[in-house]
Amino acid sequence: MNISADNGSTIAERLRLRVNDERHDLVVALNKTLLEVLREDLGLTGTKHGCELGECGTCTVLIDGEPMLSCLLLPIELQDCEIETVESLAQGGHPHELQIAFAEFGASQCGYCTPGMMMSAKALLDEIPRPSRDQIKKHLAGNLCRCTGYLQILEAIEIAAKRRDAARPMPLDDGLEGSDGGEDGVVEVAAE
Amino acid sequence: MTDRASGNGYSVIGRSLPKVDGLRKATGRTVYADDLDLPRMLYGKLLGSRRPHARIVSIDVSRAEALRGVKAIITGKDLPVKYGILPVSEDEYPLEIDRVRFVGDPIVAVAAVDEMTAEEAVRLIDVEYEDLPTAFDIEEGLAPIDEADRIHDYGAHGNVHKEVHLEFGDLDAGFEAATHVFENTYFYSGNNHLAMEQHAAVADYGADGKLTLWSSTQTPHYVHKALAKVLEMPAGRIRVIATPVGGGFGGKSDPFPHEFCAAKLSMATGRPVKITLTREEVFYAHRGRHPVLMQVKLGVMDDGSITALDFQSFIDGGGYGSYGVASTYYTGALQTVTYKIPAYRFRGVRVFTNKPPCGPKRGHGTPQPRYALEIHLDRVAEALGLDPAAYRKSICVDEYTMTANHMRVTSCGLRECIDRVVEASDFAVLRDTLPEGQGIGIGIGSYLSGAGLPIYWNKMPHTSVDLKVDRGGGVTAKCMQIDIGQGSDSVLAMTVAEVLGIEQDDVKLICADTDTTPIDLGAYSSRVTFMMGNAAIQAAEKIREKILAAAAEKLEIDGEALAAGTERLRAAHGHIVHEIDGIPSGKSIAFRDAVPLAEAKFGQLSSTGSYTPQKLAGPYKGSGVGPTPAYSYSAAVVRVDVDTETGIVTPEKVWIGHDIGRAINPTLVRGQIDGSVYMALGEIFMEEQVFRKGLHQFPSMLDYKSLTFLEMPPVESFLVETEDAEGPFGAKEVGQGPLLPMPPAVANAIYNAVGVRIDELPITPEKVMAALDRKAKGESPRFGPDGVPDYEWPQPIKVDPVWYDQPPEEWVETKRRKPC
Repeated sequence: MNISADNGSTIAERLRLRVNDERHDLVVALNKTLLEVLREDLGLTGTKHGCELGECGTCTVLIDGEPMLSCLLLPIELQDCEIETVESLAQGGHPHELQIAFAEFGASQCGYCTPGMMMSAKALLDEIPRPSRDQIKKHLAGNLCRCTGYLQILEAIEIAAKRRDAARPMPLDDGLEGSDGGEDGVVEVAAE
Repeated sequence: MTDRASGNGYSVIGRSLPKVDGLRKATGRTVYADDLDLPRMLYGKLLGSRRPHARIVSIDVSRAEALRGVKAIITGKDLPVKYGILPVSEDEYPLEIDRVRFVGDPIVAVAAVDEMTAEEAVRLIDVEYEDLPTAFDIEEGLAPIDEADRIHDYGAHGNVHKEVHLEFGDLDAGFEAATHVFENTYFYSGNNHLAMEQHAAVADYGADGKLTLWSSTQTPHYVHKALAKVLEMPAGRIRVIATPVGGGFGGKSDPFPHEFCAAKLSMATGRPVKITLTREEVFYAHRGRHPVLMQVKLGVMDDGSITALDFQSFIDGGGYGSYGVASTYYTGALQTVTYKIPAYRFRGVRVFTNKPPCGPKRGHGTPQPRYALEIHLDRVAEALGLDPAAYRKSICVDEYTMTANHMRVTSCGLRECIDRVVEASDFAVLRDTLPEGQGIGIGIGSYLSGAGLPIYWNKMPHTSVDLKVDRGGGVTAKCMQIDIGQGSDSVLAMTVAEVLGIEQDDVKLICADTDTTPIDLGAYSSRVTFMMGNAAIQAAEKIREKILAAAAEKLEIDGEALAAGTERLRAAHGHIVHEIDGIPSGKSIAFRDAVPLAEAKFGQLSSTGSYTPQKLAGPYKGSGVGPTPAYSYSAAVVRVDVDTETGIVTPEKVWIGHDIGRAINPTLVRGQIDGSVYMALGEIFMEEQVFRKGLHQFPSMLDYKSLTFLEMPPVESFLVETEDAEGPFGAKEVGQGPLLPMPPAVANAIYNAVGVRIDELPITPEKVMAALDRKAKGESPRFGPDGVPDYEWPQPIKVDPVWYDQPPEEWVETKRRKPC
């Protein structure tokens, strides 16, 4: 279904989006970014914006598990994708390990970069359950934070990873061995 | 963090509890200003000037008005009242009427059904300008100019906004007595706060004639005051709610055009109006770090002790006054609170230029002189063959002394801060033994725990806290303070919980709302913990007294024994416990059970506590800038690696000691230290405002570089707890001070590594290479400004210095607050 402007050009289109495991039928202006649709049409204001030009990482969401910048995405291209925002993290009223660790270890100061940071961190932990400090830095280098100097975020992610790992049954042959952290609490994935 | 507060006698204070708003933020549920969505809300957009300095000949909005979806358009004539954060420089209109002073200076505001329509409408507005001569830097700002071409029609003369000339003690005698005089010039570039959240405001004017403004502001009280003035409405009909601020760092401390315009557009349409700035607009709204050119002349004896300091600041203010008068004084106020300086002269001049207005950024006017002074002292130490750390310790101020410029120093842990970082970094050994290309440097600093004076002259409290206890034992604390990420909500909750002997989670907060909360002047000058903390203690003690009285009655405790102090009731962890000679007697009552008893006895349990700093200003004009109830102190050692092929400097590790007085929440304190170090490193290496004909070269987060995870070095911090006698539980500030020692520590480390002095921030690879080239050619191994303009200073205000060995007795006797 198209909605046309007075001059005949298409200005809005019907879209089906799957966000946080919920289906949404929407009619939105074609030029709206995913960020705008999430915030303005779906009321998912947990996703923030710092530049709307793809520069700061604040609006990071997961598209099929991959962290991407919602300010640069057009929803019409995402109709077959699973979109996850910060609102998806807490399950049944229980915050995600990352959320608990962020709150506990000072990783959110003003909190504005936190949702984007959190989504990048979740994608990382889903891929690498016990990342090294360098791996965390590299994966999150696209998310800017002006308050924390990043250090307490690093710690929170390391602790969340450790707790998550401790909570899940450890397969015997995956070659991963959790260390208790070496100098300055660095959690490392043991080399094979 | 190395220290952990433990065994300090407190039940809540000193614990690294989760930030009270931490989970809300981590789950994305905190509602920031731009997250607000009200029924029938319109979207506003401002048109900014396209010229750096021009007369507005005409504004034609007819094409914009004709656009479908446009609901209201206002220009300067609709808001013809000037405002400004400081009463001495009320030089701004929300929308300029006949003259623009920088590219981006707002002229017209539009409200439309959506943001795109508002943007389109702004593009359709035609403005005719008549260009005026421009001034883009300090030198141009100082140049003589025709009266009609001045950027403002007030100030000292020409484009000079403010000039200061203060003299404390006998400078001539000081320099005459000196065995060495060192003189050099330094420059510190301007930079932006770059808070992640762009400024946003939502205004809602109702048919009842009442206005509500939600805004991401650090200073709801000042915004409230300015709105009433500009809108010519009684303040009582205006409500300002500061939404949780997504980063401030000083950048949201002025009243801003978009706040007035959202309000006026809502009044014009009868509908809520939201205005959110784009990142580019934030760069132009600015109010960031002032670029400052400095000349330092220092007289010392052979042992390095200072005989006289002559300090000059040339300050690039941008297009408006903002906090600039205070910023000017701040570039001269705090040199004396770290070192013994018996004779001191400060000359400062701030010029208007056709660039975005500068204002307060973390450290407000003090990182620039600190950079100059600390590099200067490194030069002195080297020339005199002194260890730079030991040298600094030898000239440190002592606690409980007065400075030459009448600043009152109370608790001072500077020497301990130096000791801690020197020891942990192995500074004394490494400074002589690191290989070429690696270096280590030190710097120190000091900052206020809240400005001693309010921004506008009044005798009222700077802050108040209201408490209300509900019958279930829950406590609600109300205060106009706004949490900008620094953790002031946690400080409030922890303070009240400590005094009442309950837990942090038992305290609920209502904050930053001019209708429902009592005064707090705002999140600036690192004032909130110190001032609000004291007010909260006072309010909570009033409630505690009633609850303990009811508990004593219920537990049938002998009043005389309590009065004599042999027996007491201690409130902690949700219980009131009876103790005889410090040992629990077995009698106790839960806090929540004592509350109804107290309410039955005394009526509704409510209280108010307030805090007003004592009179601290000295006997001279300008003495109001610099005094504080307590100074924090910091020392930093930084290790760097300098690549002599590329000029790239990598900070490898930072050790930083901070005299926090008392860490109320060590995790949050450490977060402020890390954040200060981080922000300093951005200013040191990459953040810079560069303009070309008034246009910002990098108004984006990609081009205006800041540190990512990859550039941030490890930071080892040391909390020095001096337990300030006037601070709440002994606490002082941490939000700004730890930034100060960093820039000079890095510059000094670079000198230690490769023998070149970089006397100009930011320290870019180009500057390092230029200095290395000069060194190779046998020229002065330095990059920095050659000198300062020859300025005709006004006559000095001569003030007798206070000798620093004579502290007034009354403030040595100040009783330590230690509720338990």
